[in-house]
Amino acid sequence: MRRRAAVASVIASAGVIIAGFQIGSAVSASRTASSSGSSGGSATSTGGSTGATPGATASPGATGSTGSTGSAQDGTFNGPTEQTPFGPMQVAAVISGGKITDVKVLQRTNQGGRSIQISNQADPMLRSEVLQAQSANVSMIGGATYTSEGYLMSLQSALDKAGFTG
Amino acid sequence: MRQTFDTMGTVVSLEWPGNLSQLDAVRSLFEAADRRFSLHRPDSELRRVADGSLELLDASAELREVYATALGWRGETGGAFTPHRPDGAVDLNGIVKAWAMAEAGRALGDSDWCLNVGGDVLVSGQAAPGAPWVVGIVDPADRAVLLTAVPVVGARRAVATSGSAERGDHIWTRGRERAEFAQVTVLADDIVTADVLATAIVSGGAASLDDLTGRFDVDVLTVDREGGLRATPGMRELVAI
Repeated sequence: MRRRAAVASVIASAGVIIAGFQIGSAVSASRTASSSGSSGGSATSTGGSTGATPGATASPGATGSTGSTGSAQDGTFNGPTEQTPFGPMQVAAVISGGKITDVKVLQRTNQGGRSIQISNQADPMLRSEVLQAQSANVSMIGGATYTSEGYLMSLQSALDKAGFTG
Repeated sequence: MRQTFDTMGTVVSLEWPGNLSQLDAVRSLFEAADRRFSLHRPDSELRRVADGSLELLDASAELREVYATALGWRGETGGAFTPHRPDGAVDLNGIVKAWAMAEAGRALGDSDWCLNVGGDVLVSGQAAPGAPWVVGIVDPADRAVLLTAVPVVGARRAVATSGSAERGDHIWTRGRERAEFAQVTVLADDIVTADVLATAIVSGGAASLDDLTGRFDVDVLTVDREGGLRATPGMRELVAI
């Protein structure tokens, strides 16, 4: 349960919908993925932002699907990469016994297409989103190491002087 | 009370309740570390190890401990952090300052204090009742301006920043002429982890950033060459408007 909740929150924060697992050869597994996704709730309940539903986007590879879930292949299946406000996102589902047993969030990075787990990924942030600070409001100044000489002209030096007199 | 003093080629700023014997303890601790580890002192123990006149096995337990710690971090960071210069000489500059800061933190105990050594900050308690210590982060493009400020709350007591612009003498970028990040700030529970990982991310670039944020319980703020920012979710929460 904890893992499922964690996965759900990751997906919610990324605004990602599990949709249309492209599994190529495993046709029925793609149906399993979408139907289990909706029954599981964790995947689809967070949707709406993109307007996509598992059924609507279900896999290009799902031609000739019979609806049978009994023939689902076990394994890990990667979904397509979706553009989100947090950058390109990709999810993978682990299917076992015809059911999704785990969902992992992957991200396509720029390093040769290597996919990584994004539990604590550093994502782009606009300067306008960052709290603007005045040195008077802070206790200390952090920055790349300054030399004794560099210190004399630093904000930290000014702050320390203020600290002595104030 | 606030006090500053020179050591290790940089300046220590300490704000603490004012116990002068604690200040003396902190100062002598940094001075002892500098005497032992500075490569600028011809008589330092590390200099003698570096020039081969002292075998590592014959070195002090303290030096061997710091070296072993640094080697451990080399493994943890996949080599992005290393205690060796490109010519192979031992250089513990990248870890000694943080290691001494951790020692100083133990000497200062658990009262309310804030220690800044050359831009790396370790805190305990709070600035005032109900008010956390706040660390301003310099904009690498203009060091007279703050990029943002990070309130230091809870277990995350250490804020280390490494840059590729100023005094990058202990950061060797791997396989690139220029570092991808102009500045990397890491927030962690302890200052050695924060400092080592900040250095490793400057050295290893985006690949190390993704790797290390996935494996360590830290928050990171990076500034790239064009001034663009990246932040982990926890850091984003702390620095957002």
